[in-house]
Amino acid sequence: MALSTPARTATTITPEVVRARLQGRRVDVGGRIFRGALLCALLFSLGILAILIFNIASDGIGVLTSRTSTFVNGTLRSLPSQAGVAQGLRGTFWIGVFVVLFGFPLGIAAAIYLEEYAPSSRFTRFVDINIRNLAGVPSIVYGILGFAILVDTLGGVTGGRSVVSGGLTLAVLVLPIVIITSAEAIRAVPSGLREAAYGVGATRWEVVRHHVLPYAAPGILTGTVLSLARALGEAAPLILIGAVTDRLGSNPSVIDVGSLTDRFTAMPNVITTWAGQAQSGFRANTAAAIIVLMLIVLVANTAAILLRNHYESKRLGH
Amino acid sequence: MSTITLADLRGNPRRLRKEAAIRWILFGAAAFSVVVSGLIVLSLVRETWTFVSQVEWSTVWSDGWFPRRGLYDIKTLIVGSLIVTVIAMGVAVPTGLGTAIYLSEYAKPRTRRILKPALETLAAVPSVVIGFFALTFIAPEVVQRMFSGAPQQTLLAAGIGVGILLIPVIASVTEDAMRAVPSSLREASYGIGAKKVTTVVRVVFPAALSGVVASLIIAVSRALGETMVVFIAAGKSGGSLFETNPLEPGLTMTAGMASIAAGTDNVVGAALTFQSLFFVGMVLFVITLALNLLAGRFVRRFRQRY
Repeated sequence: MALSTPARTATTITPEVVRARLQGRRVDVGGRIFRGALLCALLFSLGILAILIFNIASDGIGVLTSRTSTFVNGTLRSLPSQAGVAQGLRGTFWIGVFVVLFGFPLGIAAAIYLEEYAPSSRFTRFVDINIRNLAGVPSIVYGILGFAILVDTLGGVTGGRSVVSGGLTLAVLVLPIVIITSAEAIRAVPSGLREAAYGVGATRWEVVRHHVLPYAAPGILTGTVLSLARALGEAAPLILIGAVTDRLGSNPSVIDVGSLTDRFTAMPNVITTWAGQAQSGFRANTAAAIIVLMLIVLVANTAAILLRNHYESKRLGH
Repeated sequence: MSTITLADLRGNPRRLRKEAAIRWILFGAAAFSVVVSGLIVLSLVRETWTFVSQVEWSTVWSDGWFPRRGLYDIKTLIVGSLIVTVIAMGVAVPTGLGTAIYLSEYAKPRTRRILKPALETLAAVPSVVIGFFALTFIAPEVVQRMFSGAPQQTLLAAGIGVGILLIPVIASVTEDAMRAVPSSLREASYGIGAKKVTTVVRVVFPAALSGVVASLIIAVSRALGETMVVFIAAGKSGGSLFETNPLEPGLTMTAGMASIAAGTDNVVGAALTFQSLFFVGMVLFVITLALNLLAGRFVRRFRQRY
């Protein structure tokens, strides 16, 4: 076989040809199309968010501006023009209280144990995998847990289908999220900080209390606030706990602690109920209730994100 | 001159006692998570056993899911869940992956700092809100425009709604995995003359593949467990015939459970209605647990490699 002669392919090589070959095609058409497609995907996700916010705002803003006080102070009723969200707001407020009082300390304590105290044993690994799996359990299954344990077995203490049961269930639901995010924040604390504190004779708890926790605080705060936002938007577990879906007779004030063991409802459940009656004039009310809920959730969320960005850039600064 | 004794080095006993007590409290908090898992299984098993041991098995494979009439056809619910999941993944996989690749490989740091929070905002929208959006916007403006004659509440509208919920899930896990790919891989690819698109598609994406797979499994698990969107937008409450047409109202495992629970005040009909809720919960729990364990395996793989 004859070798291909260089002369046959190289007859026309000149500096211009070499330059053209090296530069390649000016425009990478395939690359541009790919990039365009990716950008479309991104704009689609953000577009949905924009349409969603616009739609709900235009549906609901009328109710909120024309009868602010009757809507915020009113109760669940069958007449759309009189119905309000007071009972839902009360339930959501107390659920938030239970999540903050039970979910946060338990979760942060568990994260401290796993990151700072736990020996690398089989049990520790088991707890770790267990927490990751708990984070993936569907929220409605937590509702079953809450129903079987808090409503049924411990009904005498919690009052059964009450905001106590609902709040504790959601505190348990956010527990794995609180643990995972807090553990991440604690892991990010430089070990030099710990070693310096041990070096001057601090005990383990003193190291955690005075050095690790203050350093990890912004990260922990971000995670906990995000999990609070998640808890306030959950409806499915509360349906199983027995949040009221049609009408709730009593309308106690927010601070009436005695009625915590009575039947209850929360904002997401008010929205669910009204969405089911969208055709009979409740559409504007539903949208208005969503605006109220989203304001609560998004304010918490935005605060958490801003806080994180603030501390992240500060950390990078030094 | 004083001498140092052993007692001096042992430390203050009160301080040590406090230390030990705190250690036990923290351990208790960590162990509580195991208790929660145990209680979940216990709550499910107790009533599921009642159901399994008393139900007439021909009713579990019948024409439809009508728990109040004693028909517990589990395949109606599972197929409903699968239809919703397939539609949701059809919406969320291309969008979520595209978003993640753009944010990780193409977006400038400044653009990313603005876009990422917007995506996180989408992730924070409660599912009842997406349910209402699916019912009042996706159903009339998308589904009924594409398929005239479709009813307002369909599995398709619910599936698209669930898909919107999954976009940030897929996007954030995939983006993490792609950013974890070391830049030396990209530089090596550019060094041998590869174009940007070649580098992204042939080098970075395959290197992040285990993370991408994990994100998809997590998304499937979330789609199966999503309740409120389907409860609000898919229409059937109480019961449904076996239905495979996404343009009809339908019921999923989660929505089936929620509609039993929403009516527990007036449980009438067959005696096992209440227990069937736990049976479906058990099926859902087992499926999602298997998916989560699988996803965890893939996540560990991409964490370990780099």
